[in-house]
Amino acid sequence: MSKRFLAAALIISASFSPALAAKTSLVIGMPIEPPGLDPTVAAPVAIREVTWANLYEGLVRIDQDGKVQPLLAKRWDISPDGLTYTFHLQSGVKFHDGSTFDSADVKFAFDRARAPTSTNAQKQIFAPIASVETPDPATVVIRLKETSGNFLYYLGWGDAVIVAPETAENNKASPVGTGPFKFKSWTRGDRVELVRNPDYWQTDKTKLETVTFRFINDPQAQVAALKAGDLDAFPNLSAPELFSELKKDARFTAVAGNTEGEIVAGMNNAKKPFDDARVRRALMHAVDRKALVEGAYSGYGQPIGSFFSPNHPAFVDMTAVIPYDPEKAKALLAEAGYGNGLSITIKAPQMAYASRSAELLAAMFAEVGVDLKIIPTEFPAKWIEEVFKNKDYDVTIVAHTEPLDIDIFARDNYYFNYKNDKFKALIAEAGKTTGENARFAKYAEAQKILAEDVPALFLFQLPKLGVWNAKLKGLWENSPVPANDVTDVSWTD
Amino acid sequence: MLRLILSRLLSLALTLVAVSLAIFLILEVLPGDPAAIMLGTAAREDTLAALRHELGLDQPALVRYFHWIGGLLHGDLGQSITYKMPVSTLVTERMAVTFPLSLMAILISTTLALPLGVTAAARRDGPVDRAVLAFSSLGVAVPNFWIGILFILFFATWLGWFPAGGFPGWSGSFWVALKALVLPAVALALPQAAVLTRVTRSATLEVIGADFVRTARAKGVDKGATLRRHVVPNALIPVTTILGLQLSFFFGGAILVENVFNLPGLGRLAYQALNQRDLVVIKDIVLIFSGLVIVINFLVDIGYAILDPRLRSRA
Amino acid sequence: MRLTPRLRLNPALLIGGILTAIFIGTALLSLVWTPEPPTRVRIAMRLKAPLEAGLLGTDHFGRDVASLLMAGAWNSLAIAWPAVLLGAAIGIAIGCAAAAWKGAADEIAMRVSDVVFAFPAVLSAIMIGALLGSGPTAAILAIAVFNIPVFARVTRGVALQIWTLDYIAAARSLGKPPLRITLEDVLPNIAGALIVQVTIQLALAILTEAGLSYLGLGVRPPNPSWGRMLSDAQTYLSQAPHLAIAPGLAIALSVLGLNLLGDGLRDAIDPTLRSRTEPV
Repeated sequence: MSKRFLAAALIISASFSPALAAKTSLVIGMPIEPPGLDPTVAAPVAIREVTWANLYEGLVRIDQDGKVQPLLAKRWDISPDGLTYTFHLQSGVKFHDGSTFDSADVKFAFDRARAPTSTNAQKQIFAPIASVETPDPATVVIRLKETSGNFLYYLGWGDAVIVAPETAENNKASPVGTGPFKFKSWTRGDRVELVRNPDYWQTDKTKLETVTFRFINDPQAQVAALKAGDLDAFPNLSAPELFSELKKDARFTAVAGNTEGEIVAGMNNAKKPFDDARVRRALMHAVDRKALVEGAYSGYGQPIGSFFSPNHPAFVDMTAVIPYDPEKAKALLAEAGYGNGLSITIKAPQMAYASRSAELLAAMFAEVGVDLKIIPTEFPAKWIEEVFKNKDYDVTIVAHTEPLDIDIFARDNYYFNYKNDKFKALIAEAGKTTGENARFAKYAEAQKILAEDVPALFLFQLPKLGVWNAKLKGLWENSPVPANDVTDVSWTD
Repeated sequence: MLRLILSRLLSLALTLVAVSLAIFLILEVLPGDPAAIMLGTAAREDTLAALRHELGLDQPALVRYFHWIGGLLHGDLGQSITYKMPVSTLVTERMAVTFPLSLMAILISTTLALPLGVTAAARRDGPVDRAVLAFSSLGVAVPNFWIGILFILFFATWLGWFPAGGFPGWSGSFWVALKALVLPAVALALPQAAVLTRVTRSATLEVIGADFVRTARAKGVDKGATLRRHVVPNALIPVTTILGLQLSFFFGGAILVENVFNLPGLGRLAYQALNQRDLVVIKDIVLIFSGLVIVINFLVDIGYAILDPRLRSRA
Repeated sequence: MRLTPRLRLNPALLIGGILTAIFIGTALLSLVWTPEPPTRVRIAMRLKAPLEAGLLGTDHFGRDVASLLMAGAWNSLAIAWPAVLLGAAIGIAIGCAAAAWKGAADEIAMRVSDVVFAFPAVLSAIMIGALLGSGPTAAILAIAVFNIPVFARVTRGVALQIWTLDYIAAARSLGKPPLRITLEDVLPNIAGALIVQVTIQLALAILTEAGLSYLGLGVRPPNPSWGRMLSDAQTYLSQAPHLAIAPGLAIALSVLGLNLLGDGLRDAIDPTLRSRTEPV
C-alpha cells in the first residue's frame, strides 16, 4: 500500500507547476450526495444538481430565468390545435460512448419513461403523450391526447433528458449522455468527477476541463472547505447562520437567490378543526413570517403568502392577504368555537429548516392560545409513510422543491386532503392553455385562491445561498430548476 | 482442546444465525418503503409497483431472507438499492476511512493507557496514581462527540491547525489525508483510553498482589525488573480481553464521531443507508459489525484457553 | 458481603455524592423554577453572549441557556432512570434465573445476551428510534435493551457465588424451592453489587441519551435536551462558541458524579467487589 502512496506523492509533486493560464478546473460543494446518477429513475434533487445540463441534455432546457430554450431540438413546430409537436433535432450530436444521437434515442427515452415498467419519478409529464414517431433520424413527432400548456417546459426537466438504449440501464452508476461533460469517477460518500467532453456538439462552448462535485453535509465543514480553498463554489450552502460571515469576505461572491422550494406547513384539511377555513386563517394570522425567517433561516428567505416560486414570471406577492395579526387570530378562533384553546400536533422532519420552523410555530401559536405539540418524524422514510401516504397528521412542515407544483393542491388524495372544485378546474384550464399570458393570468388567480383559503400555512421560499470564488463567473444565482449548470462557468484570470 | 474449539465454533455459528435473523426481522417491521423514498412524492402507484418489483421487494420475506444468506455464503453482499452497486465495493471504499481511523484510535488509546495504568499501579495511592485516576474518571464521563466539537472549535476554527471535517481521500497527499483523521481519532480514543487505563491499573494491582510476584521481590529482584518481567506480561491478559471488546466499540462509536467530522466512513454509510431505507446495505453492515464482535469474542475465548490451562480444564 | 450499616466515607463517594446531588437537585428545581421559561422564544435576543443576557447567554431562538440546561437535567434523568430500572428489572430476573436453574436455561440466556451485545449499540438505538418514531419511549427502550444483558451477566456472576455457599446448599438439600432461595437468600446478598451497577449504568445511560438526542432521537422539542443543545450549537460554532461549552460540561459532570458515586459506594460497601464488577 505504501508503494501506491509514494507513487501518488510523486505524481502530485511532478504535476505541480505554476499555472499561468486561467484555471480550468472547478470544485463544487453540495450538501447531499446523490443516490445514483440517473435523473430519469429517481426523484432526489441532488441527482439533478450533478447531472442536469452537465452530463445529460433534453430536447429543450430551462435557462437561468426559468424560460424554455432549444437544446437537442434546434427548433419545433406546434400544430394549431396544440396536439402535435414536431421537433427538429441538432445534427452531429454524439453520446459519450461515441454512438450517434438521433430521433430513435428520443423515442426510446420517452417510451421508456411512459412504459408500464417505468420508474420515472415524474411520469405524469409523459401522460399526455399519445405517440412518439420518427419520420427520419433528425425529426421527432409527438402527438398528445390533450393539450398541455407546460409540455415544453416539462421537457426541460431532468426527468425528460435523452438517454441511449445501449447505456440507459447502467446510467445510475456510469452515466452516459450528450452533455458538455463526461463522467469520470465517483467515490461514494465523497465526490463525483466529470471531465470535458471533447466531442461536444457545441464546439468551444465550455471553458472548464474538469468539474468535481464534493459532498459535505456539515455546515461548518462546508464553510471551512471554502475558506481553505478546497472548494471553489458552494451554490447551495446549508448554513444560513454562516452566510453573512462569507458575505463580508472579499474573496467570495455571496448571493442569496431563490430556489423552487416553498416551505409550507401543510394541514390536514379533511380533519377537524382544519376543515374550518376560519381556523386555518387564524393560524396563518398567528404566524409572524419575518420573525420565522429570522429565527429559522437567519433572515434569508422571502416570505410567501401563497404557493408559487418568485423565480417564475407568473409569481404574485400574496403575503398581505393574511398578515401577522395575533388579535385577529384569537378572534377567528373564538368565532370558530376554539376561544378556550386548541391542542394540535405537528409532524416535523429532522431537517434544520423544518424542525426550527416547527419550534417557532409552536411558540407563535402559544401566543394565541393554540398548543402545538411537536412530533419529530424521520424524513423521508416515516414522513412518506405516515403523512404522505396515510394522512395521519394534523399539521406538518416540508419544502416542496419541484418547480411549478401549484397543482398539488388540485390533486385528488394528496396529503393536504384539500378539496376545492373551483381551484381544481382553474388549474386544469391553466394546464391546457397554450397562450402564455392567458395561462399566467390563470396562475395568478390560483395563487389568490390559495392565499385566501390557506390549505397550508405559507411560510417562506427556501433561499439558494450561493457562495463562490469572486473570480468565477457564470454560476446561477437562482435555481428555477434544481441544477448546477456549469456549461458557461469560467475563471476570469 | 479440540472439543472446546468445536463447541465454541458451533455456538459461534448459532449466534451468527440468530443475529442475522434478528437483523432481518427488525428491518422487516421497520416502516418506510424504499421505492417511495427513491421516487419522491410525485410518483404514481404503478411507478412505485414497478420499482418494488425491480428491487425484488414484492417477494415473500422468507425467500428474501434465504436469498440474502445464500448470497452471503457465496461472498455476495448484494446490490445497494440507492447506489445500484455491489455492497462489497461500498464497504471496501468506506473501510478506507473507518479502518485507519479505528487503528489510529487504538494506537493512541493503548499508548496512553498502558503506561499510565502500570505507572499508577506501581505508585499506588501516590499523587501520580490520583492524577491518573482523576484523568480516567473524567475521560469516561466525557462524550466523544463533544470532544469532537471542542476540537473543531479550538484546533480548526480558532487555531486553523486541522481541517474542520471532511476527508480528502487517499488518492491525494498521504499526509493531508492522515491529518484529517487526527482529531477524530483522538476524540474517539480518549474515552476508551480512560476505560483502558482503569483496567490496566486494576489488572496490574491484582498481579502485584499475587504470590509469585511477592516471591520474586522477596528473592531480591528489583522493583522495575519485577514489573517488566513478571507483572506487565501477566496483567496484559485481561487488558487484551478488554481491548478485543473495545475493537468493536471503536467501529460502532465511529458512527457519532464520523457524523461530527463529516467523514465518509462505514458508520456514516450505515446512518445514511438507514435514512434511505437501503435495507441491503443496513443488513450487511449490522451483520459485519456484529459478526466482528462475535468472532473477536470467540478468538479471545480460545486465546484465553490456550494461555490459561485452568480455564481449559474447566470448560 | 452484606451491605454494611456504616458506609466508610471516601473522597470518591463524597465528590460523586455532591455532584449527583447537584444534578438531581437541579433537575427537580427546574420543575418549579428556572430563571426564564426554558421554551420562551425571543427572536430579538438571539445568540447573546453569557451575562449579556442571562447567566449563560441565549441560543439561536433567544432562549435562556441556563434555564435550558436546568430543564435538560430533568429530561436527561427522565430518560436514563426508567431505562436503567427497566433494564435492571429484566436483567436481574434473567440473571437470577440463570444462576438458580443453570443448565440449558443458563446457556440460552447467555447466548441471547451475546446476540444483544454483538449489535452495534448506537446503530441499533437509531433503528429502534426509526421503528418507534423518535421520542422518549424509543430512547428509553433503546437504552433499556442494552442494559438487560449487562445486568443479567453481573447478577448471574455474583449470584452463582452465593449459590456455592454452604448454607444455601443445606437449604437446597432440605427442599427449599429455588425461587424462595433466590428471593430470601440470594437477592439480599447481592443487592450491594447491583446498586453499584445501577449507578454506573445510569451514568452510561445519560451518555447514551446525549448521543441519541445529538442525532435527533430522544425527548421531543421544544423540551430541551443536552445532546440536542450540542447539535444546535455546532451550527453556530463560529458565532456563538459558548453554546457548545455548557451542555457538554453538564453531561460530563453528571456522568462523572454518578461514576464516582458508584466507585465510592463499591469501596464503601465492600472493597472486594471491585474485581468482580469492574465495568467493561
